[in-house]
Amino acid sequence: MSGSGSRETVLARVRRALADVPRDERPEQVKVARDYLRVHGERTPRERAQLLAEHLADYRAHVHHCSPAALPRTVAGLLALRGSRSVVTPPGVPDAWVPEGMRHVRDSAALSPRELDAIGSVVTGCAVAVAETGTLVLDASEDQGRRRVTLVPDHHICVVRVPEQVVDSVPQALERLDPARPQTWISGPSATSDIELNRVEGVHGPRTLDVVLVTDDAAETESTEDSEGAEDSEGAAGNGAPPRG
Amino acid sequence: MRVALFVTCVNDALYPRTGQAVVALLERLGVEVDFPETQSCCGQPQFNTGYRHATEPLVHRYAAAFEGYDHIVVPSGSCAAMVRENYPRMGAKAAAEGRGGVLAAVAESVVPRTYELTEFLVDVLGVTDVGAYYPHTVTYHPTCHGLRMLGLGERPRKLLEHVEGLELRELEGAEECCGFGGTFAVKNAAVSSAMGADKARHIEETGAESVCTVDNSCLMHIGGTLTRAGSRVRPVHLAEILASTKEAPL
Amino acid sequence: MSVTYLGMPPFPQAAEVSVRDERLRRNLRHATHTIRDKRAGAVAELVDWAALRAAGAQIKDRTLRHLDHYLEQLEGAVTAAGGTVHWAADAREANEIVTRLVRETGEREVVKVKSMATQEIGLNEALERAGIAAYETDLAELIVQLGDDHPSHILVPAIHRNRGEIREIFRERMGRWGRPAPDGLTDAPAELAEAARLHLREKFLTAKVGISGANFMVAESGTLVVVESEGNGRMCLTLPETLISVVGIEKVVPTWQDLEVFLQLLPRSSTAERMNPYTSTWTGTTEEDGPRTFHLVLLDNGRSDTLADRVGRQTLRCIRCSACLNVCPVYERAGGHAYGSPYPGPIGAILTPQLDSMDTGLDTSLPYASSLCGACFEVCPVAIDIPEVLVHLRERVVQGGTATVRGQRTTVKPAKGHAAERAAMRAATWAFDHPRALRAGERLASRARRLVPRRLPGPGRAWTDTRDVPAVPPESFRDWWRRTRGPQGGPGSGGRGARPGDSDSDSDRNSGSGDSSANGNDKGDGDGPAGMVR
Repeated sequence: MSGSGSRETVLARVRRALADVPRDERPEQVKVARDYLRVHGERTPRERAQLLAEHLADYRAHVHHCSPAALPRTVAGLLALRGSRSVVTPPGVPDAWVPEGMRHVRDSAALSPRELDAIGSVVTGCAVAVAETGTLVLDASEDQGRRRVTLVPDHHICVVRVPEQVVDSVPQALERLDPARPQTWISGPSATSDIELNRVEGVHGPRTLDVVLVTDDAAETESTEDSEGAEDSEGAAGNGAPPRG
Repeated sequence: MRVALFVTCVNDALYPRTGQAVVALLERLGVEVDFPETQSCCGQPQFNTGYRHATEPLVHRYAAAFEGYDHIVVPSGSCAAMVRENYPRMGAKAAAEGRGGVLAAVAESVVPRTYELTEFLVDVLGVTDVGAYYPHTVTYHPTCHGLRMLGLGERPRKLLEHVEGLELRELEGAEECCGFGGTFAVKNAAVSSAMGADKARHIEETGAESVCTVDNSCLMHIGGTLTRAGSRVRPVHLAEILASTKEAPL
Repeated sequence: MSVTYLGMPPFPQAAEVSVRDERLRRNLRHATHTIRDKRAGAVAELVDWAALRAAGAQIKDRTLRHLDHYLEQLEGAVTAAGGTVHWAADAREANEIVTRLVRETGEREVVKVKSMATQEIGLNEALERAGIAAYETDLAELIVQLGDDHPSHILVPAIHRNRGEIREIFRERMGRWGRPAPDGLTDAPAELAEAARLHLREKFLTAKVGISGANFMVAESGTLVVVESEGNGRMCLTLPETLISVVGIEKVVPTWQDLEVFLQLLPRSSTAERMNPYTSTWTGTTEEDGPRTFHLVLLDNGRSDTLADRVGRQTLRCIRCSACLNVCPVYERAGGHAYGSPYPGPIGAILTPQLDSMDTGLDTSLPYASSLCGACFEVCPVAIDIPEVLVHLRERVVQGGTATVRGQRTTVKPAKGHAAERAAMRAATWAFDHPRALRAGERLASRARRLVPRRLPGPGRAWTDTRDVPAVPPESFRDWWRRTRGPQGGPGSGGRGARPGDSDSDSDRNSGSGDSSANGNDKGDGDGPAGMVR
C-alpha cells in the first residue's frame, strides 16, 4: 500500500458528492456572516484584568497580584506554600524569579518525562490571557517552554503581564497567536466531568494552577489572593504561611 | 377578511368539540368563519413516517380547499407546522426529483395564510383577552411543534392569563416532550409511555384540575395516560377554555 | 463493516429493555438534567449566541461545499510542517494504516486520547488482533475499557455508571491492566479521579506512541486542535515520540480565524464551561517539543456518501458536543447503548445510518428513535436540523429512492418489514383524499363507538398497553357543521356549490402513487367557492 492510501478514491468521491455545487463557485462565495461580537462588553484595562481574575478563580485557579519588583518574592511564597523543593523553568524565565536554595532545573530536550515527573513545580510566562473565558495561552516561546514542562509537574505558576498580555475575547487572542507554534490553552487546572457530569478538579495535568498578574501599579510589595480556594492548596502543611503584604 | 377553519382530521373525527369551540370563539370575536368541506388531513402522519410521496395529494387538497381565504385557522400546533414547515420542503424535494415547481408553488400559496389558533388571535386579531371565563386551576403543556417549529412563545400563556377565574399552575419540565410523536407512540411504545408517565406525574403534581395544550393529538396521549393511571385531571384544548364563558361555560 | 456494533437489535427492542432499568434511568436523568441547566447558563452569558451559531453553521457549510479544496490545502500544509498524511476510504483501511504505522515503531503499546473516529472504526479491537495494546486514557473511556463495556455518551462515555459502580470497576479491574486501585478507595469523585491519575501516570511516562482524533483541522495552516479537560490529551499529544491522529474528513475548517467561532460554541455546548481546561494545537512537528513523527489519517468511512445527500449533508457540521444527547427525552430514557454504535442520541440516530448506508436493521430503526420534538435542533451549536434529517432518512427507509453508497449512486429499495404500514398509510391518504369515504368512515366509527375495547389487539396494543383510547364522539365535526350550518363551499365564486364536500371527483387521479398530482388544479373543488353568505 502506498503512503497516501486511498487519496484519489476519497477525493473523487467527495467531488462526485458535490455535483450540486456550481463549478465556478469559489469557497469565499459561500456566505459566512461574522456578525457576532468581537468582544462581549467594553472594559478598561483594569476591568479586563479583574474579569480575567474572576474567571480564572471560577475554575479554581489561584490568582495573585503583584508589582514587577515583588514578583520574585511572590513566586517564592507560592513555592513555599506548595512545599516545592524543585522547580523547572524554560530558558526564557529570568533566574531572579526562582528563589535561592531551590533546586532549579532548566528545561532542555534531554529532560525526560520521568525526570520532569520528579520536579515539584514549573514557573512560566504566557503568550496571552483571555479575560472572558479565564484562559491562559502558552505558545512555546522562550519564557513558556516546551509543552511538557507545564504538563508533567503537578504545580504550575504562570506569570501574566498586565495589561499588555490580557485581551478580552477568544477572537482577539487568536489574532495575536501564530498557528505554526504549538499552543496550549489553559483554563483552570486539569478537571473532569466524567463522573455523573460533575466537575472534579485535578486529573492528569497540574492540579494546582497559580496565576500571578504582574501590574506596574500594584503596591510594590503586595501579593494578594482573589481565590478563596487558595488556602486549601496541597503542600501548605509545614511550610509556613504565604507572604501577605 | 375571509377566514376558514382547518379543523384537522384528529379534531374532526375525535374532538369535534374543539372545532365547535373555535367556531364559537371566533364568532364571539366578530369573525365570520367558514368550513370548506373538501378539507381533510394535512398529511403529517404519513409525511413524518417517511411516506412523502403518498402525502402529496393532501397538499393539493389542502391548497384547493382553502383557495381564496385570507386566513386559515388551525387549532393544532403540529398541523400548522406541517403546512408551514414541511409543505415547502416537499415542494423543494419534488422539484429536486425533476417533477417541476408545481408542488412548491402550491405550498407557497398556503404557507403565509396558515395560522395556528393563538397566532391568529394574538397576531391577526390583536387580542389577548377574549372574554373567556373558566373558574378552574389549569396547567399548560406547550406542545413541541407549537413551541419549537412555530415559535408560539408566550401567546397561549397570555391568552390563558386573561381568562377570568382561571388559575395557572406551573408545570415542571413543561417544555419536555410528552412522548406522543405520532407513529413514535406505537413504534417506540416503551419509550413513549415512559415519557408520557413522567409528563402525567408532573401534571398530577401541579394539583391542577385541567391540563391544557394547543394540540389534541398530544392531549390524546397525555389524557390516555392520565385516565389509565386513574387520574382525575381533565385534558382540555386551549380553544375550549377560550370559548368558555359565564353564559356558556365549558 | 458497520458503524453499529455486531448483533445489536433494532432500537425499539433494545430500548424496551433499557427503559425498565431503573438505575440507568436515574443515572441518566441526574447527569443530563445537571448539564442541561448549566449549558443554558453558559449559553445565556453570550448575547451573540444566535450569531455565533449561524456563523458556525455557515463556516461548516462553506467547508463542506468545497471539501475537496480544503482537504488538499490541509494535506499540503500538514506535509509542509513535517507531518505525513494518509487517506482511508473506510474503517478497514484506516485500521490497516494505523496498525502498520504502530508496527513500524516497533512498539506493542499505545496510549489513546478519547476519539470518536477511532471508536467508529473499531481501532482498539483491530490493534488487539495485531498484538498491540491500546490504553484509553480519558477517565470515562478508562471506565468503559476496564468494565469491558460500550460507551453510551459522546462526551461522557460512562454516563450510565454512577460513582458506586465506577468504584467497583476500579477495584476489580485496574490491577489487571497496571497499577491497581488504592486500598480503601471510596466513591468520592475526587478519589476516583486520583486513582485514574496514578494508574495512568506510568503509561504516559513510558509511552512511545500516542493515538488521537482531533476536534478541528485548520486547512490554511495545517493545524490540528484537540479540546479536552483532564490533561490526558496533552500527555498523549506531547510525550510520545510518534503521534498518529485519525480524523474524519469533515473536521476541517478553512482558517485559523474560524476557530474563534468554534472555540466559543463547543465548550459551552459540551461541558457548559466558558472554556474547557485544556486545548492543544499543533502544526506538523516542532523541533524538540512533542512527537518527532506525526501521521494524520484522513477518514472517509461513509462521510462522502453523507455529503452527497443534500439534506443529510448538514449532519457533517457536527462538532460532537453532545448537547443534543443531554436534552433528548428519548436518550434520557433509552440510554446510549440502545443506539448500538459509538454515536448515541439524536445525532447518532442520523449519523450512524448514513455512515452505514442503512446496512442493518438497527440502522433502519434509528431514524424512528425520536418523537421529533426538536429539542436537539434547538440546542445544536451548528444548527443541524436533526428532525428534518430524521424524516428525510425515514423516507429512505420506507420509500427508497436514490442514495450514494460507497461512492456509487444507487437506487435504494424500501426496507423490508414496512408493507403493512405502507398499505395503511396509502389507505389513509386515499380516505383523506375522498371526503365521501372519509365521512362514511367517521359515521361508521361513531355508530360502532361503544364497541371499541379498552385494549386493542394487533398493532393497536402498543397504544393501549399504557394509554386509554379516546372515546369516539357521536358526531364528527363535519357532520355537526353540516347539521347546524348546512353545506357550503368557500368564498370567491359567489354561487352555491353543489355539495362540493361530497364530491369525490377531485380524487380521480391516482392517490398515493408517488407522483405529485402536478397540475394542482383539483377539478372537483372548482365549483366549490361559494362566498361567505350563509
